[in-house]
Parts: sequence; C-alpha cells; structure tokens
Amino acid sequence: MDLFLQQILTGIANGAIYACLALAVVMIYQAIDHFNFAQGEMAMFSTYICWAMIAGGLPYWVAFFATIIISFIGGLAIERIIFKPLHSAPVLSHIVVFIGLVAIFNSLAGAIWDHNIKTFPSPFPDGSFGGLIGLHEVGMFFVTLLLLLAIFCFFKFTRVGMAMQAAAANPASAGLVGIRVGWMLALGWGLAAAIGAVAGMMIAPIVFLEPNMMLGILLYGFAAAIVGGISSPGGAVAGGFLVGIIENMAGTYIPAIGSELKLTVALVLIVTVLLFKPNGLFGKTIVTRV
Amino acid sequence: MYNGRKLTFGLAAIAAMGMVATSAFADKMYGPGVTDDSIKLGNTMPYSGPAAAYGQIGKSTAAYFDKINKENGGVNGRKIEFISLDDGYSPPKTKEQVRKLVEQDEVLLIFESLGTPTNSAIHNYMNQKEIPQLFVATGATKWGDPENFPWTMGWQPSYQTEGQLFGAYIMENVTDPKVAILYQNDDYGKDYVHGLKEFLGDKADSIIVAEESYEVTDPTINSQMIKLKDSGANVFFNVSTPKFAAQAVKKFRELNWDAVFLNNSVSNSVGAVYKPAGLENSKGIVSLMYYMDITDPANFESEAYKKWSKFMDEYYPDGDKTSAFTAYGYLVGQTMEQVLKQAGDNLTRENVMKEAANLDLELDMMLPGIKIQTGPNDFFPIEAMMPVEFNGEKFSSLGKVVSVN
Amino acid sequence: MATDVETRVDPRLTVGAKMPYKWVALFVIIGAVLPFFLQGYATFQGTLIMIYAIAILGLNLLTGFNGQFSLGHSAFYAVGAYTAAILVYHLDWPVYVTIPFGGIVCFVAGFLFGLPALRLEGLYLALATFALGVSVPQILKSSHLEGLTGGVQGLDIFRPKVPSFLVENFGLTMDQWWYMIAFVIMLFMFWIAWNLINSRTGRAMMAIRDNPIAARSMGINASLYKSLTFGVSAFYTGIAGALAAIVIEFVAPDSFTFQLSILLFIGMVVGGTGSIWGAVFGGFFILTVPNFAEEISTGLSYAIFGIILILVIYVMPSGFAGLVNLLRMRVKKMF
Repeated sequence: MDLFLQQILTGIANGAIYACLALAVVMIYQAIDHFNFAQGEMAMFSTYICWAMIAGGLPYWVAFFATIIISFIGGLAIERIIFKPLHSAPVLSHIVVFIGLVAIFNSLAGAIWDHNIKTFPSPFPDGSFGGLIGLHEVGMFFVTLLLLLAIFCFFKFTRVGMAMQAAAANPASAGLVGIRVGWMLALGWGLAAAIGAVAGMMIAPIVFLEPNMMLGILLYGFAAAIVGGISSPGGAVAGGFLVGIIENMAGTYIPAIGSELKLTVALVLIVTVLLFKPNGLFGKTIVTRV
Repeated sequence: MYNGRKLTFGLAAIAAMGMVATSAFADKMYGPGVTDDSIKLGNTMPYSGPAAAYGQIGKSTAAYFDKINKENGGVNGRKIEFISLDDGYSPPKTKEQVRKLVEQDEVLLIFESLGTPTNSAIHNYMNQKEIPQLFVATGATKWGDPENFPWTMGWQPSYQTEGQLFGAYIMENVTDPKVAILYQNDDYGKDYVHGLKEFLGDKADSIIVAEESYEVTDPTINSQMIKLKDSGANVFFNVSTPKFAAQAVKKFRELNWDAVFLNNSVSNSVGAVYKPAGLENSKGIVSLMYYMDITDPANFESEAYKKWSKFMDEYYPDGDKTSAFTAYGYLVGQTMEQVLKQAGDNLTRENVMKEAANLDLELDMMLPGIKIQTGPNDFFPIEAMMPVEFNGEKFSSLGKVVSVN
Repeated sequence: MATDVETRVDPRLTVGAKMPYKWVALFVIIGAVLPFFLQGYATFQGTLIMIYAIAILGLNLLTGFNGQFSLGHSAFYAVGAYTAAILVYHLDWPVYVTIPFGGIVCFVAGFLFGLPALRLEGLYLALATFALGVSVPQILKSSHLEGLTGGVQGLDIFRPKVPSFLVENFGLTMDQWWYMIAFVIMLFMFWIAWNLINSRTGRAMMAIRDNPIAARSMGINASLYKSLTFGVSAFYTGIAGALAAIVIEFVAPDSFTFQLSILLFIGMVVGGTGSIWGAVFGGFFILTVPNFAEEISTGLSYAIFGIILILVIYVMPSGFAGLVNLLRMRVKKMF
C-alpha cells in the first residue's frame, strides 16, 4: 500500500513536470496552430539565463522574473526575426526551422555553460512530506495550477487573448476585423517562451540543469498536451498528470514491462487514447467543412 | 576548409631540445602517418549531442599533446598531430569518421575513442585492417581479448571488473547483504551487474533482491528508487551516469533509506555528482577509485596535482578542474606518450601494438600501488582499485588496493 | 488542424510527366564512373548518401505524395537493418538476399502501423510516429529480445568477398562493389517510385493528400491507399536500412535513435517535399553538412548546422527541387 501511494505521488510529481511544459505547448499551439519543437530547448536556455543571473549574485525572485521578461522578449524576437519572413513557406519548412533552433540552443548552452550538470535552486523549502513527496514537487504542483488559471483567464476574459485565438483559427477573417495577426503570432511566441521559462525553472531543481535536460521531457510534454487535448489548457495539465501516473503504475505493477519499457508503454497508451478520442480526452471535436 | 579542423595541432616553432638520437643509425621503420618529425594519431569523441560532456576527455588529451609538443618537441623528436573528430555518439558516424582518419588523413592509429557502441562499430574494421585501436575510453570487457582482437585494447578498469570488486566489498563488509541495483539500460549498466553477479556466483539470486533500469530519456529515476527501497535491501548499488547519480543520491536521502550506498566510478565525481546532489547528502557513499581525487584539497599540495593544475591553466584554461574527465584525458595521453617513447624509431603499427602490450607504468596521478601493466596476453591495463568513502568533503581510503587477480 | 502539407508542386513533375531522359542518363553516367575517381572513404560516403536517398524517397512518398506526417522513419530503418543483420548473423543467409527481405518485413510493419495511424492526422500522426521512433531502440535493447538482437552490444555482419571475376577484370574493391550495388538498387527504387507516382495509384495517393473528402466521394478507398502508402514508404526505408547495416557491417540500437528520423525529415524537406529526385540532394545534404559544420567549429557544430538549416529554408522554402523548378520557370520566361 505504501509502495502504491508513493508511486502515485511520484507519478503526480513527474506529471507536474510534464504538465508545466504541456502548458507552454498548448500556448504556442493556440498562437501558431502547430507545435514548436524548439520549446524544450528554449525553456532550457531560459533556465540557464536565470542560473547565470543567480550565480552572478541576484536574488532568486529578481532573477526569476527577469528571466520571464527576457524569455518573453526572446520569443517575440524569434517570431519577428526568423519566422516573419517565412510566413508563406510550407509548414514542413517551419518544422525544419524548429529543428534548426533546437540545434542552436542546445549547442550554444553547451558551449557557454559546458555540459556538466548544475544545481538549480528551488524557491521552496527543502525537505519532504514524510519522505513521500518533496516540498518542491508540491510547490511546483501549485505553480502549475496558478499558470493554468492565468492562461485560462487570459483566453477567456481578455481582448488580446480572444484576438489571439481568432488570429490562429482564421487568420484571414481575423485580419479583416482589425486584428494585427502578425503581432498576435509574435505575442503567442513571447508568452509561450515565458511559460516555458517558468516550466524550465521549476523542472531544473528536480532533474538538474544541463543542455539536454529537456530531451525526454519535451516528448512527455507533447504527449500530455495531446492526450488532454491540444486546444485545452486544463486538458493538457490533466493529461500531464495522467501520463505521469500511468507510466509509473505500469512500470511498477506489470512485471513484463518493468522500468525497461516504461516510455514505450506510455507512448502506446497515448496512441490508444488517440485512436478512441482523436482530439484528446478534453479536446473539442473539430468539424471540417468541405 | 581542410585546415580549419580543430584540435589538429600545428607545429609550434620550437626546436627539439637535446634530441640527439642515440639510435641514429638504427633502422627507422615507419608506419602510415609517421615522418621524421611528426606522428598522426586519430580519435573520435562526442563533441555534440547528448553525450557531449565526455568531449572534455578529448579536449584534455589534445591539450596534453599540445604541451608535450611545445615543451619537449613531441615524442622522440616527432610532434604529435592529434586529429580528434566528432561522432555525436552515433555508431555509423564513428565508422565514417574513423574511415576518414584511416584512409584520408592516414593516421598511425586510433586511440581513446569514446563509447561502447561506437567502438563496437569499428572493432572488426580495425582488426581486419590491422590498425591499433588503443586505450578505448569505455569499460566494456570485450576490449581485452588479444586472442580474437589483437589490435584492440582498453585502458580503464573494465566495468565488469569493478562490478566484481564491489561484490568482494559487499561480501567482506556487509553482514547478511541484500542488494538493490539501479542501472542504465545499456551495455555499461549491464556489464556492472554482470560483474557483480559473476562474483557472487550461486548466491547472486538470493543476495540481489531488486534490479531496476532506466533509460537516458527518463526525466527522473524517482519511481525506480521507490521500488528499490521497497525491496528492503540494505545495500544500494548505483550504476548510473552523473545526472542520474545525482538524482539518486538526493532521492536516497529523501526516502531515508538506511543502506550502504555503493556508487560506480563513472559518476564518482565531487564536482559533477556529489556537489549538485548536496555534499551532506553524499556522506558515506562508498566507491572505488584508481586515480587521484582532483577536488580533494588535501591533494592540492602534492607535486602531481600541481603539475596537472599548471598544465590545465596553461593548455586547457577553459577546462573544468573539478571534472574527473579532464584528469582522465591527461592520464590516457601520458600512457600513449609512453607507448610512443618505447617504440622509438620503429613506428610501425605492429611495433606500437607490441609496445602497448608491454607496459609497466606508474603515473603520478594514479593512487599509490596502482600501475598500468600490460602483456601479450593481458590487454587490461588497469585492474586494481581502491575502496574509498566520501565524508562530505573528500574521500578517505577504506583499506588497501583491491584487484581481481 | 495543420494537416496541409505543401501541395504546390509543379504538376509536370508528377502527373503525366515525361521522364527527362537526358538528365537521367547524365546522372547515371556520372554516378557509375564516380567511384573510380574517389578514395575508398569517399566511395563509402557516396554509398551512404545513396542509402539515405532511398530512405528519404520512402519518407517522401508518404509525406510529399500522400500528405501523412512521419517523424518515426528511423524505426523502419532499424527494422530493415536488424532484419538483414539477424538473417545473416543467426541464419547465415547470403547478404544479398537479406536486402529485399528487410524491405518486405518493413512493408508488413508499415502497413500494420498504417492501419491505426489512419485515424490520426497531422500533429497526432507526427507524435504517434515520433513515439514509434523513440520506442524502437528501447525495444531492440529489451532483455526479452536480447538473444535475437544482441541487445545493446549490437550485431556484426561480415560481407562476403567481392566476386573474383570483378576483382580480376576490373580491380573492384569492396567499397566500389557495394557502391555499385547501392547505386543500382537506388536507380531501381527511383524508377519504381516514378512509375508509381505517374500511375492511377499515384494519382489516388495525391488526391487523398490534396482533398481527402473529395477523394473519398470519388470512390477512392482512402483507408486502403493510406495504409498501403505507409507500407510502401516503410518498404523503401527498410531497404535502405538493410543496405546500411551491410555497408556499415554493424547494427546497434544507438544507430537508430530518433535523431535519424529527424535527419531523414530534414533531408526530405531540404531536397524538396514531393519531388523524387530531390531525395538525392536530401541524402547529400544530411551526410555532408554535419561534417562541414564540424570542420568549422567542433564545439558549436550543432549550432552551425542549425544556422545552415535556417538559411537553407530562407533561400529555398520549398526545398532544392522547388528552387530548381522556380529557376527553370524563370529561364523559360526569359526566352
């Protein structure tokens, strides 16, 4: 029973990691209508910026918020500088540019801050609840919920949020009603980069900071977003926790799988979910017009 | 394009000092890549991609050759040209790069190439072509098989040997041992487990109560740690790379697991593991070492450390002086230097291989009593290690050097 | 839903086009003569380029001509490679025979994977295939299959000697011999692809890509065609994988990470999505550009590769084939 409880809690803790990044994935999806494969590396790079500022003597929270702002501007700049000239290029070419960005951020981080793992401070106190779940994990859980709330309010209650959704869903019509579609895209990039930065700074204390820290996590983040429904921030968070828990349960209780095929099982489950609910568990069904 | 290649060391304009060849009239025999004033050595390393942290090994070896080229005019009057290429830890790429080194750059030999799958990809090629594949930077056991692969040799103690030594440690020091193992799901992890089981023999099944593996893509190993603790083991054997080892140390303490923590030498590093995981958390970890702990202040005053530190400052100033990798590259570089010294003017591939299998070398950064010894039938240069315990600041020895022989 | 894969392909390239015999002949002659002027190592690289080209063409049939995403073709490449390796290693089959077998096993695997994948579109399919690409190396390592796959240590393959009459008469080396084999296989595979695309089947594939609903209402069995295309695509990639295993003489799970999928994807886009011959350029690109990046700076090779990629997309957003088409149109207009 103890083992069961612990594995559930660890699943939730891992789930919080996935959920946090999944939020950034959903954010960019709302803005540009597809995935950004460089999301993980951008978050990693932001985390390094924060680490460098803390190492330079800034207090945690100053560095934390400064990083969010820098990431926002960085995301905005990437859209304006790199993607604006490519608006008419095919989607597949965009994906290649994402891959290019992954390579650039990964390599730069390694060259600037080397490849050894680094400790990243947690804003929450050390210790754990009876050895079951770390305080940082609990804190991260609430940060994720806070982020979710903020995103929800942004899309539901602000004009900009609604305009952004409109711009992504139907750029032509959105343009006709006076929405500056290009800037909406850039804004989406900026916000996604900022959320990614928060995710990175929350994840790094657990997995340690190094250039490849997002390699596996991003895949789980995508999976979480897709299982939950890519159009729904709440679904993405739920998807994150679900993936975390299922993965741990399968690894613990199905002997043939063990830890060896944990990832494979998680992915098979995701594909299975998609087969029965192609828009994710909480996603809206999209009706196509001929 | 061609001359833009990094780590190819140009000839510094310093004349060879005092190199009056004693055997000036002896026949000079040269293999490919050797001239009267240079020797070309080839190497592959992951300088990019997920395994890029190991690239420090190649960089420090390159720096070491830089040093002997500048200070001693190379080896026996020949400058070392160390051509180190990036393979990104991908076996097909290794094969491509090594073929380039052998066929286009015409190197004398390949040495210190990193990684088991990558070296496996060229294992047959090297032996068919009869080119030395020396001091590969991996601990797999298969590198010490002179009968079937007379052109390949490892350097560090093999993972399997270390697994056996840990087995010996457990049997001697723990009463009624119950062992739980965390290992990386690849050859490296499995070799350790295999070595441990081999030592325990029939008792392995009753002593090892839990085994859990992880993939390098796993974000954390927390789930595995919980399962391992749940097995009720009183010995935890950690076979993971630095990032996961640091996570394991942290989780081990968080779970209040009362067990002996045995850590493999791959991640036995204060800078890369114990410091990130918390020095307090790392107290009491037992490991095996074969060369000096470069982060221990007690060593800072030793001649060997000072020499190394000076070398790092001068030739590899960007290098991390708390990373065990930089010392590793320095030591392998010295071993190679010795082989070339012994080979004298007979620098054919056969003779270099013969001299590599004829080493009896003590390096100043190795722990006392640990030597590099090889013979025609012994392709395992280092086979002894010293059990040590980390006390939160430095390692303290737990008795004497152990070896399987 | 971002399912719309680039569709603006010059129609003459695909439907009812005539094979440009002059260019093909030139290509064949240059390709056949090249290994006699290259060093062994360069010939080996040339062979790898052709192998990549076959795999990229396979991916292109799926994505460029049928509109289905895949980020997991390394899985089929691995299956092809392991099929060849296992047949040679465990059953002592002649190396040459294993190549088509690698393709056939992949065809079945691809067709079966294509069935559930039918329900997935765009991003979802991309993730599902990506998952496949990530899982396969893990499955190959799995202790349950270790006896067969050699686990993480991989398997060695030894190539038989070059047929003696070729050595005596032409002095053919091992590298040249396998270059020739790969070259012939590549030409054959390209010829099949050309005929496929210019047939009823090919037009059905493209109709599904351009407007699935309209295609269905015209009576095209979209499900069958999509699964079949998946199978054919996997077949191509499997052939490439089997060839690669033999030419490199070694397989290991680490040779087939998802990075290979990404490289193949890059090769497809850079070569030109929806272009058959673009695959050759794609293969050339993914083999040589990383090497080039490394020569500029070892530590920053990935960053340089990334910058080159972005620049290439700026210059030719529709790939090399797209650029050539564009230039050809310009030249035609001028005269």
